[in-house]
Amino acid sequence: MNQPAEPLPLPLHYDDALVAGVLKNVRTIAMVGASPNWVRPSNFAMKYLLGKGYTVIPINPGHAGKEIWDQKVYAELGEVPGPIDMVDVFRASKDAGGIIDRAIELKDEKDIKVIWLQLGVRDDAAAARAEAAGITVIMDRCPKIEYGRLFGELGWCGVNSGVISAKRPMR
Amino acid sequence: MADKKTAPDGPHEFGFETRAIHAGARPDAETGARVTPIHQNTSYVFESAEHAADLFNLQTFGFIYSRLTNPTVSVLEERLANLEGGRAAVCAASGHAAQFLTMFTLLEPGDSFIASKNLYGGSITQFGHSFKKLGWTCHFVDPTPEEFQRALAAHPGAKCIFLEALANPGGLVVDLEPVAEIAHAAGIPLIVDNTLATPYLLRPFDWGADIVVHSTTKFLSGHANSMGGAVIESGKFDWAASGKFPGMCTPDPAYHGLTFHETFGDFGFTMKARAVALRDFGPSMAPMNAFLTITGTETLALRMDRHVQNAQAVAEFLEGHPAVSWVSYAGLKSSPWHALAKKYLPKGAGAVFTFGLKGGYQAGIKCVETVDLFSHLANVGDTRSLIIHPASTTHRQLTEEQQIAAGAGPDVVRLSVGLETADDLIRDLDKALAG
Repeated sequence: MNQPAEPLPLPLHYDDALVAGVLKNVRTIAMVGASPNWVRPSNFAMKYLLGKGYTVIPINPGHAGKEIWDQKVYAELGEVPGPIDMVDVFRASKDAGGIIDRAIELKDEKDIKVIWLQLGVRDDAAAARAEAAGITVIMDRCPKIEYGRLFGELGWCGVNSGVISAKRPMR
Repeated sequence: MADKKTAPDGPHEFGFETRAIHAGARPDAETGARVTPIHQNTSYVFESAEHAADLFNLQTFGFIYSRLTNPTVSVLEERLANLEGGRAAVCAASGHAAQFLTMFTLLEPGDSFIASKNLYGGSITQFGHSFKKLGWTCHFVDPTPEEFQRALAAHPGAKCIFLEALANPGGLVVDLEPVAEIAHAAGIPLIVDNTLATPYLLRPFDWGADIVVHSTTKFLSGHANSMGGAVIESGKFDWAASGKFPGMCTPDPAYHGLTFHETFGDFGFTMKARAVALRDFGPSMAPMNAFLTITGTETLALRMDRHVQNAQAVAEFLEGHPAVSWVSYAGLKSSPWHALAKKYLPKGAGAVFTFGLKGGYQAGIKCVETVDLFSHLANVGDTRSLIIHPASTTHRQLTEEQQIAAGAGPDVVRLSVGLETADDLIRDLDKALAG
């Protein structure tokens, strides 16, 4: 049968405790590539995360100065006033490296602790640079889906959360 | 324990028995109820108008109306997805409804697909006749890699391959691994009906299948008390790379232009099957049936071990009986599928099989009428042992030639071996086969 030309990178594994810790500790998320179009995945994720109590700051140079879900849009990370706990990247893998390097530059100024790349977005070399700079990196995941998975909502639509526990879920 | 795989430095993976009891079913968050409550309820109060809008737009997770999702049914869905090693599942009112949801999500009018000839007779009718009225053409083939390859060459536009891994009624086992490779080389998914094996005996995703369907009415619920079906996706099929499924990868007019694969990633197929096919046609599983099926899955491993043990004993007895001309059970060395069963079904070749009587049609009728312990009815996968003579019942509308082609010739008797004492089952059959 047809073999892929190059071996695919190994799937990423993140411990549930790591992902849950990020989602519990992070409060302010800068969402790079947030779209004002409500059928776009970034718009879905932004609305959901706002509903869960996060502050979500949209970053999109094409819509700078406008608002998405009542939040002011900035052209780039450096323009965001105040600290950013997590940078969530809704851009193609080829664009992720530049955004990660910008986040590393701004790490101390903005107190950036986590860089999160969306489902299908991955840049192993840039992730290694960020980790060397002391930033936690999660790639190829969606914070909305992970939040739903780890806090019991995703199973409501039949998704296998992988969570096995006889403990009563905390509300 | 048999399934527990713990890499020394990897994450702990719970065994099948543990997952069969716990997956999807944490204690109730509101009350602490340990057993999954039966949410005998149709509709759910919104927190606000905004929350309602988010739910209708699929922008948040939650319940609207039990045609789409119900908290009891959701537990079963997550459990089945977990047991199959899949990403997500959607339940349906029956196995037939599950097949409909699957095909409606994959196919457009004018599309075709390829299916094994060796399917439950009801599936052959559904695919060959009723689906035709929707503009979907099914090409049936002998379920060998060579025949699937040939059929794809003849019908390059086919959108999927469908087969029963362990086929009803003949006890045939399909060589899944090369068939999955053939499907993937053509950019189409392999769909496996895993009803007769259950995920305890066989996990088709381990061999490359992309979608698994079930009639949960059978061994999963296990006690013949509730109808149900399920569709499970592996999460590994790349709908975008295939290029053959615009319905998954382009804005969907039935959902305000939402693109399912892009928005929901590796559970996009399940979301679409639920949010479009289940929403618009409505064959949802009843909460009570989900509850009974959840209870059934908790003992699946124990029951399947005993079903298989009893089936092997009954098959060996029949093979040595002078009134019996042949026994088609892949657990027997005489079976042409014995080697495949050892590869794909190392824990046992299920508990449904056929045998032939030297006395032909009349001997078949006499056998089903003489047994006391076997129930004469049209079902499989019960705790009780079941018997049927297909030529005089399920297949009686067919010509003798068609009956033989379907593995249901005049001399054929089908058993679904239950959980009674094996010796009692053997005595019952011995009495029915006597002179």
